[in-house]
Amino acid sequence: MKKSVFLGALTVAGLAAGVAGAATVDDVKAAGKLNCGVTTGLVGFAAPDANGEWEGFDVGVCRAVAAAVLGDPTAVEFVPTTGKTRFTALASGEIDLLARNTTWTFSRDVDLKFTFVGVNYYDGQGFMVPKELGVSSAKELDGATVCIQTGTTTELNLADFFRVNNISYEPVPIETNAEAQQQFLAGACDVYTTDASGLAATRATFENPGDYAVLPEIISKEPLGPLVRHGDDEWGDIARWTLNALIAAEEYGVTSANVEELAAAPTDNPEINRLLGTEGELGAMLGLEADWAVKAIKAGGNYGELFEKNIGENTPIGLARGLNALYTDGGLLYVPPFR
Amino acid sequence: MTTLTDPPAESFKLSMLVYDTRYRSYTFQIIALIAVLTLLGWLTNNTVQNLHDLGKEVDFGFLNTPAGYDINQRLIEYDNQDTHLRAAFVGLLNTLLVAVLGCVTATIIGVIVGVLRLSSNWLVARLMTVYVEMFRNVPVLMWIVLAMAILIESLPSPRDFRGDTPEATMKLFDTVAFTNRGVYVPEPLFSRGIGDLSVFGAFGISLDLVAIIVVLIGSFWVAKRIGRKADATQEATGVRPRTWHVQTAVIVLPVVLLLILLGFHLGYPALKGFNFQGGTHMRNSLIALWLALSLYTAAFIAENVRAGILAISKGQTEAAAALGLRSNRIMNLVILPQALRVIIPPLISQYLNLTKNSSLAIAVGYMDITGTLMGITLNQTGRELETVLLGMLVYLVISLIISGVMNVYNERKKLVER
Repeated sequence: MKKSVFLGALTVAGLAAGVAGAATVDDVKAAGKLNCGVTTGLVGFAAPDANGEWEGFDVGVCRAVAAAVLGDPTAVEFVPTTGKTRFTALASGEIDLLARNTTWTFSRDVDLKFTFVGVNYYDGQGFMVPKELGVSSAKELDGATVCIQTGTTTELNLADFFRVNNISYEPVPIETNAEAQQQFLAGACDVYTTDASGLAATRATFENPGDYAVLPEIISKEPLGPLVRHGDDEWGDIARWTLNALIAAEEYGVTSANVEELAAAPTDNPEINRLLGTEGELGAMLGLEADWAVKAIKAGGNYGELFEKNIGENTPIGLARGLNALYTDGGLLYVPPFR
Repeated sequence: MTTLTDPPAESFKLSMLVYDTRYRSYTFQIIALIAVLTLLGWLTNNTVQNLHDLGKEVDFGFLNTPAGYDINQRLIEYDNQDTHLRAAFVGLLNTLLVAVLGCVTATIIGVIVGVLRLSSNWLVARLMTVYVEMFRNVPVLMWIVLAMAILIESLPSPRDFRGDTPEATMKLFDTVAFTNRGVYVPEPLFSRGIGDLSVFGAFGISLDLVAIIVVLIGSFWVAKRIGRKADATQEATGVRPRTWHVQTAVIVLPVVLLLILLGFHLGYPALKGFNFQGGTHMRNSLIALWLALSLYTAAFIAENVRAGILAISKGQTEAAAALGLRSNRIMNLVILPQALRVIIPPLISQYLNLTKNSSLAIAVGYMDITGTLMGITLNQTGRELETVLLGMLVYLVISLIISGVMNVYNERKKLVER
């Protein structure tokens, strides 16, 4: 009996492995839902709201891809992952897309065998301290106790920063943002370090956000973006161009409000027409419907709308566009042409 | 004269493998063995092939590359430029530290609680029952997290010690600081220390500590010899010479002398900058993990101890009482030594459980082998299979060593039958 259960489990495992080997886009279509890896909860980027609905900037990417592939932005199974579990989850096929403010690095791209499909947020690592400590620069942190999420690039940057400046610190490794928050607020660590956007998002949830300051030093480059497994370029293209479509939509002034209208009939702008599928065969080239980008934009709006709604200056998180503005506005967002 | 003739040798037929009971069991065992090996082979082959397809060959070379991350609790020298292998070793030592501390504490608490649970005092017995049932029936992870949360939330942070009228002060004549980052206690220092002994150039062992331990072992050996001699005198004359003062002197004096020679003094913790400096820092993660693991496992050990004591027939207690022994001596001299035979085998599995449960350390940010090798190293190098296999091997070896040692102890305590 026991053996037969074991054999059964093996068969299932074998089948699952076989399925994972097939094209991801077919798996997603067959399952009718997209398995999307997100954080365990970082307000503004990915966190469930009061009704248990996931929302946030990274969630918006998941929903856009689901809308483009399946036509339904709600056909997403959100899989919360920690800094430690995210790569295993993606490599093993548990999730099809990882949109979890993950830094694009050489070794993750090349050695861990993932494909980063773009950058949806240009970030850098910062430090947050209580104002009562009277610290104005990260270089004054000699001997401080630093809370840090384990299994992230921030851990290595931190070690490098303190070594280069020849000052000492005591790392307190923690698993999730929530634990870090608890320890930081109780004073068990003097400093909390993570991506500056994450710090802003975390501070927004504090009872008295004004009592805490983010130090001016940004000690690293953290281009955060969604990623997929190596070796399935069709799926990688879909994720990449869905993200590009959101950014291009902002550039061309296509919003969730006017996308229906613009897609109803060809406009004067051929670039918009190709993007929205009223001209050319771009959707078919991706293996998707002609109006894939329309659905993706309708899901949560274009890049600018997603940004303003989730993490923009009018939200509690209050991030300025900064580097994440379009290249036309002095930012770094520049997408290749849709043609 | 009789001639014995062998019965005609039966020629072996293939069908006998199934129909002859002499061979049948072998046949099935061999078939089962082949099936299992095939399965294992298929699994291994599948894994290797899949990894190959992913372009990730099994490779342990990452162990020799710089780790790049820092670890807060280090029993040996380590910085972020050391290798992943050394980081794993630092983690391993942390695992062993909490396992040893936990096993010792759990045994002490467990034995006391187990005995008290059988107490005739209604209140004491019920209190112990409540303790056992509470700890036994809630997952240990909850206890670990709870212990950490209590430490973090209830103790003052170092900045509360600052100012002219601080909210918190150091305890025990200003020598110990309880903070929500851990407990800072005075550390032993030697102004004329004799340095470290380098082992394979990998880490140093304090020669001061070695010297103290050697002297202590020597002293105890001499004290024991004095005790034996007293026993012999008692056997021969019936009068036992008073030896305790000599024994105490033999144990205490040489160590004190050695400590003075080494220039022993205490280094006290003091608030400097963000944290207390000086002294030994016992981090809250260690304390929480140690406390939770000990209390949790002690609940199980208490039940083992209770079972062991109940296994000894009541006649033993009554006989001892009839000899005029008082109840605590009955327990120490008659009941517990016999109960040990029942207690030790399940105790081994409790030690193993505690050691394995210590892998939950990451819940409170304690950097054990799971946190370093199978946590950060896995994450930074992406070598899931290699690190997890290594980690499993480490736990297997630790567990086998614990079982081995405890089995030897069990052999010695077993009822010797003649």
